[in-house]
Amino acid sequence: MIEMIDVSKTYSNGVNALNDIDILIEKGEFVYVVGPSGAGKSTFIKMIYREEKPSQGSIIINGADLTTLKEKHVPYLRRKIGVVFQDFKLLPKLSVFENVAFALEVIEEQRDVLRKRVMEVLDIVKLKNKARFLPDELSGGEQQRVSIARAIVNNPRVVIADEPTGNLDPDTSWEIMDILEDINRRGTTVLMATHNREIVNTIKKRVIAIESGRIVRDEMRGDYGYER
Amino acid sequence: MKGRTLVRHGKEGMKNLGRNGWMSFASISAVTIMLMVVGVFLILILNMNHFMSTVEEDVEVRVYVDLTASEEEQKELEEGLNQIDHVESITYLGKDEGLDELIESLGEEDRAAFESLRDENPLNDAFILQADEPQLTEEVASQADKLPHIDRVDYGEQVVEQLFNVTNVLRTIGIVLVLGLMFTAMFLISNTIKLTIVARQKEIQIMKLVGATNGFIRWPFFLEGLLLGVLGAIVPVAAVMAGYHYLYDNFAERLRLNFAELLPVYPLTLQVTLVLLGIGALVGVWGSLTSVRKFLKV
Repeated sequence: MIEMIDVSKTYSNGVNALNDIDILIEKGEFVYVVGPSGAGKSTFIKMIYREEKPSQGSIIINGADLTTLKEKHVPYLRRKIGVVFQDFKLLPKLSVFENVAFALEVIEEQRDVLRKRVMEVLDIVKLKNKARFLPDELSGGEQQRVSIARAIVNNPRVVIADEPTGNLDPDTSWEIMDILEDINRRGTTVLMATHNREIVNTIKKRVIAIESGRIVRDEMRGDYGYER
Repeated sequence: MKGRTLVRHGKEGMKNLGRNGWMSFASISAVTIMLMVVGVFLILILNMNHFMSTVEEDVEVRVYVDLTASEEEQKELEEGLNQIDHVESITYLGKDEGLDELIESLGEEDRAAFESLRDENPLNDAFILQADEPQLTEEVASQADKLPHIDRVDYGEQVVEQLFNVTNVLRTIGIVLVLGLMFTAMFLISNTIKLTIVARQKEIQIMKLVGATNGFIRWPFFLEGLLLGVLGAIVPVAAVMAGYHYLYDNFAERLRLNFAELLPVYPLTLQVTLVLLGIGALVGVWGSLTSVRKFLKV
């Protein structure tokens, strides 16, 4: 599903973000990526949806080698990967429905298929009754659910969440986790970078810890492992 | 590309135009000024070319027979002239007829003076040669020049060359002006579009993340550029059409008396319209695509 072999990343300004990363994530797994700020979590995540390219090594997603993937094929890779951000990245002038539909519009989905599918995912994130609202009219948790709906609307095999609960209060964070677990149960691989110790220690999943650009720990049903 | 998607792109492009109203206006104005100049120069140059080719058609070689040549020698010369390649026709112009022609071309006052020359005609007998192709006139002239019993050979080389020089100068000025203005217009257009891109950067980023192809993202900007260019062409097209119509109606007759002929309004204005629209569209699209390129790297 997701495989990294001897991956290193050095940015053009000389910053060495990742060193010799070897990892294998199977289909259907739920994985936390933890570690201090600046340890390389974001780079690790960004390389999976090909926002960054590794300087060395190779990354294989769904059987496709990202290091040899041609630029023009990148969009098709991204259609199989849903991304959720800490700051939601919703378009403020579009309604909830339109924000979610946006992901299907750019791949030129049929109008009726699009409508049906958008309502389906809004049902999964429990926002069916707020389809006509603008993002500003929603709470933070609801906005994050919209962005999750957008990430899963084209049935990706992997959902990547970069600190999805970073901007949310604890109660809302648990709601978001419910939804991510639900998505995972439906067979989608979920990869989540987080600083939320309570969540990691309560909902036990595989934990990959990154420090100074190296994987220092990789445990099934692991702990957050950092003192706050 | 589906029709519905194209409509969506069109709407986006229009929206962007309005969003940066003043910059759009500046770009359109730049295109307008540039195309105005292109239009005027095109019409000038095309008419010059037309005039030149009509003059060239009329170009003839005059071979003046040596004054001392006997009648037999003149015959010999005529035969020699007949041997030259690419000569379409040979007309004999005796010195008396030559004088008639000269006197006729003069004003009243000078005529009297030249009438007195009738008895002692200083002119040469001449043969008038017409080349079968205007471009070969020079060759025919030089061939004729090699024959014996010739005083001199004349052809309209000076007129044609002068015309040619004027047209060349015009063309150079035109090209320099047009290129300069074209780059200004392109620069303005690409800046205008950059503004709309900056305003939509978040949207573009999201589009890229959910798997939109670069082509899909580029379309609205492409259409916006096209629109800027084509809108800029409207005023010059109208001005060139109306202006040339007016010019033709009022001056064509008068110019014809001076043996100059204006190109007819149609199809000239139609051709110029197409050229202007084409250049406008090209500049617009070029400007937009140069500005989009670097924003697509997400």
